[in-house]
Amino acid sequence: MQPFPKELFHLGPFVVTDTMLGAMLLSICLLGVLRFAMLNRSARESLELTYEVLERSIVETTNTDVRALVPLVLTLWLFIGAANLVGLLPGLASPTRDLSLAAALAVISFGAGHVYALRQRGLGYLKRYIEPSPFLLPFNVIGEVSRTLALALRLFGNMLSGALVSAIFLYLAGLLIPVPLMLLSALTAVVQAYIFGVLTLVFAASSLESAERQPILSKGETS
Amino acid sequence: MTAQDWIAIASIITAGLTMAIGSIGPALAEGRAVSSALEAMSRQPDSSNNITRTLFVGLAMVESTAIYCLVIALILLFANPLLP
Repeated sequence: MQPFPKELFHLGPFVVTDTMLGAMLLSICLLGVLRFAMLNRSARESLELTYEVLERSIVETTNTDVRALVPLVLTLWLFIGAANLVGLLPGLASPTRDLSLAAALAVISFGAGHVYALRQRGLGYLKRYIEPSPFLLPFNVIGEVSRTLALALRLFGNMLSGALVSAIFLYLAGLLIPVPLMLLSALTAVVQAYIFGVLTLVFAASSLESAERQPILSKGETS
Repeated sequence: MTAQDWIAIASIITAGLTMAIGSIGPALAEGRAVSSALEAMSRQPDSSNNITRTLFVGLAMVESTAIYCLVIALILLFANPLLP
């Protein structure tokens, strides 16, 4: 088990780390398994049923129509959950303990939220950045960027600290001692995957809701 | 002792202090959040599903301050910019 990402080889100007290889192999495996499951009729039906149940429960919890974001959120859950849990297998390390992968996922979530909001509202959505006054533009931008940074750092920090703690315990105490800690990190892995997806959804929906709430507030102030 | 040694000592002590002081706030905040969520759940068991979901998201937000401290401690210990 390697708590820190390791450089494997150089491919021209790029450095290939075990995280990159692991993430690629994992996504290929997931795609293959799901493709294979789609060929089987009963597996396909149960997958579709699961999707519909999850979609309904997601749409019910938010006030705005977020059906366009549901595939992304489910993909994030599946990929991050699998990537986090891979670290529990002997000899393997979870790819999400690398800040690069966590940052890439956070950028995807940021971009998806904005594309979704722009598609829903048009360019008027960007007015949110200069409200309540144009002087607050830098603060709004900082708030948006720090939210994305926090998303990346949360996943990275949780996964790296889990790997690091079990590595330190293995080094100090020996075989089988880190098992309770690994059980805890299994819980963390699932919870972090869930939280990453939910926060993607919440950020996208909350920016839309705040854009919606603005006129209601100003109406309340004038009356 | 050379300047390098002093920087190493200061980094190690600062990393420890970062974690020690930085985890006080999130620990208190998470305790408060969990206790009020439990209170709300015992008062309204019907909406416990919703409360649990919000609680997890809120705990993750609170926890991120502690994670920032952890990242800074890790930078000081393993990727210190002042040490070669």
